Amino acid sequence: MSNERLSIENLDVQLPTGADRTFAVEGLSLSVAKGEILCIVGESGSGKSLTALATMGLLPSNLGKPQGRVMFEGQDLLTIDDATRRSITGRRIAMIFQEPMAALNPIFRVGEQVAETFRIHTDLPRSDIRRKVIELFGEVNLPDPEQIYHSYPHQLSGGQCQRVMIATALALDPSVLIADEPTTALDVTTQAQILKLMLDLRAKHDTGIIFITHDFGVVAEIADRVAVMKMGKLIEIGPRDEILNHPREDYTRSLLAAVPTLARRQERKGLGNPVLLARNIVKTFTRAGGFGGTRTVKAVDNIDLTIRRGETLGLVGESGSGKSTLAQCVIRLVQPESGDITISGGDFSSLSGKALREARRKVQIVFQDPYTALDPRQKIGDAIAEGPMIHGLGKKASTARALDLLEACGLDRSAGDRFPHEFSGGQRQRICIARALAVEPELLIADESVSALDVSVQAQVLKLLADMQARLGFGILFITHDLRVASQICDNIAVMKGGRIVERGDPATLFGAPKENYTKELLAAVPGKSWRHHAEAATALDDIREDAP
Amino acid sequence: MTRFWLLRILRTVLTLWFVVTFTFVVLRTSGDPVIALVGADATTEEVEQFRALWRLDDPLWIQYFRYIMQMATGQFGISYRDGREVFDIIAERIPWTLMLGVFAYIGAILIGVPAGIIAAIKRGSTFDNLIMATAVFGFALPNFFLGILLILLFSLSLQWLPSSGTGTIWHLVMPALTLATFTAGTLARFTRSAMLEVLDKLYIRAAAAKGVGYWKRIILHALPNASIPLVTIIGLNLGELIGGAIVVETVFAWPGIGRLLVTAVSSRDLAVVQGLVLVMAITMVLANLLVDLMYGLLDPRIRVKN
Repeated sequence: MSNERLSIENLDVQLPTGADRTFAVEGLSLSVAKGEILCIVGESGSGKSLTALATMGLLPSNLGKPQGRVMFEGQDLLTIDDATRRSITGRRIAMIFQEPMAALNPIFRVGEQVAETFRIHTDLPRSDIRRKVIELFGEVNLPDPEQIYHSYPHQLSGGQCQRVMIATALALDPSVLIADEPTTALDVTTQAQILKLMLDLRAKHDTGIIFITHDFGVVAEIADRVAVMKMGKLIEIGPRDEILNHPREDYTRSLLAAVPTLARRQERKGLGNPVLLARNIVKTFTRAGGFGGTRTVKAVDNIDLTIRRGETLGLVGESGSGKSTLAQCVIRLVQPESGDITISGGDFSSLSGKALREARRKVQIVFQDPYTALDPRQKIGDAIAEGPMIHGLGKKASTARALDLLEACGLDRSAGDRFPHEFSGGQRQRICIARALAVEPELLIADESVSALDVSVQAQVLKLLADMQARLGFGILFITHDLRVASQICDNIAVMKGGRIVERGDPATLFGAPKENYTKELLAAVPGKSWRHHAEAATALDDIREDAP
Repeated sequence: MTRFWLLRILRTVLTLWFVVTFTFVVLRTSGDPVIALVGADATTEEVEQFRALWRLDDPLWIQYFRYIMQMATGQFGISYRDGREVFDIIAERIPWTLMLGVFAYIGAILIGVPAGIIAAIKRGSTFDNLIMATAVFGFALPNFFLGILLILLFSLSLQWLPSSGTGTIWHLVMPALTLATFTAGTLARFTRSAMLEVLDKLYIRAAAAKGVGYWKRIILHALPNASIPLVTIIGLNLGELIGGAIVVETVFAWPGIGRLLVTAVSSRDLAVVQGLVLVMAITMVLANLLVDLMYGLLDPRIRVKN
């Protein structure tokens, strides 16, 4: 291909001895052309990020030297010396990362960080560099580029930080851009804006883009070609429509089947009495503003919620909309200023001390990050049994319950004797769910509980939640920024913006005929909505629905 | 901002009040200072005369009140032993301790921080192991023991350096080395772990992706971030240097405030002890204040919160 910008040939990246397999990346060959967007998809551990790092010469030192060839502008990037590499990275090939906040140095102004790229690779005078950086900020649609130039990373939002990173990457008009999950940590609306920005920039600069993602919705939006990776190997590669609609490999089919879509959960009859009644919940935060003044933010503004036994209520909205604060008010991890909370018929808002601790048993929470939610030095059997023991059940009975729950959550009973680091992310989230269910709660709060998981694992965890709900009948408050996920598991959905619920209803009505503009915007931002995918996907979803009552 | 500093000052005053009160209580309850001063074989008349002279026959709470008032107005009182102003006695010793402290401190930073950085970037290598073993040796070895070892080697066997006292720059070498060893060891360890944490951060990788060279990444990107936890340790160690000076000054007969404290305690010269404890407490408090200021300078996130 004459337009070829970067080609990877037979790339091997070896894992350290003692890992679960020998190669992180094995015999990988692919290429990206001028003005092309190549999406690499795969689950976590598939080697997609390491491929990017190997190309950039940024592999962690414990992995050893990659083998094979990475050809770029007539040179093999794997064999060039450090000085040559430094002259290429940042100038001819640039990279952006998944967590834009963490990719910016917290103690330097962002303008200076972008300017550094110019200082390294060009001899431009300071004033020219400054002007160019401000122009770049304008090009990536940052508001008030002058002010952003002087801001520190913590003063910007995640989306703004990612725009700064993109500006850094585009500074010297690179030939190839490698984007490693650049929108995964962002809200749907921000994600949609960043994807559009990438498409615009490709059109304008003819950059070859390698876009790493685990989200087929994103693939459907922007890819020209798609490469599917599994366990370090390339499973298949081809044009977008072919891979999405007529995949050759079973693995690709199974990944596609697990992709959540805006499907509507069927209406369910026979929901029980309310387990949660929250009325007029208000929570304001006071923050220090400029010039010694203070600024109050209504995080939760007069909200009513009702969840019945066996019902799942979804709470959707962008970050900062107040979803998590509302959930924390409900279990009184944050004290609301006013409002009444009744859980299973008992008043919850005025309890304190021992009574509050006892009542809290009825409400459990499962957090987003299963890696930090478990004590690394506690065996998981003990972690699950701890709750019932605190609430008065004997040690023997608690342990028995813990092992039963592990089994119910699809893990082996022997897993109880192992430590959290021995499990994958999806398994850990199952453990967290088992831990929450061990105290037999009436209400389960799932705060972005599947957001950090791969799609296939996400589908399993959603199924587990639906199964356990069918068996035990608890209510779920399901917080998510992903409308596709919400539409599948929720009986009702409330859309939050700026501390208020702007619209609520069952998924069919809400997504079929949204009334509020904000709901419409959220729906429009869902990636890949125009892509109708095939029968297998629908079957997987049916499984979830069938198991629900 | 003003509120923040008002709170800080209030806290500082409270800390100092705790320290002086504690010293007062301990010194008055641990034995009769008059007996220690005039000697056990003095007559009752002599004892009473001495007590009246220094107004130690007043009720304890009056003594305490008088003492607090003195401290608040900066009068440390008069030494029971030689009748000189305590302030003068301490003031003439401070330069010696400062000289020793500053030398040891700069030496400790110049050795400890680079050693920690090298250990971190050569993690797991022989270099790393060697540096860390030396660091543990440095802070595990008691001051007095290291001091005596140095005297045995350099003064008695090799006869290169004077064993005690002052006079030339050579007199400073062994006490400063003894004092710096502990701090350098601690700093090396903390620098290593702070650097290791920062080197793992995504922004270091992102800097490499921009084409920033290796040493620039270490010195300009990683070190400023790693110095935030490091400043805490350096601040705490400033107090440690003065505490350590007590032992080192005694071993090497160095005429600083550490040695003064030892002689004043053993002769129960209350006013001097109280004055010295206050000086040491003020040093600690100032060191902490300096650490807080440095945080703000180093980390914009902390600056905003304040």
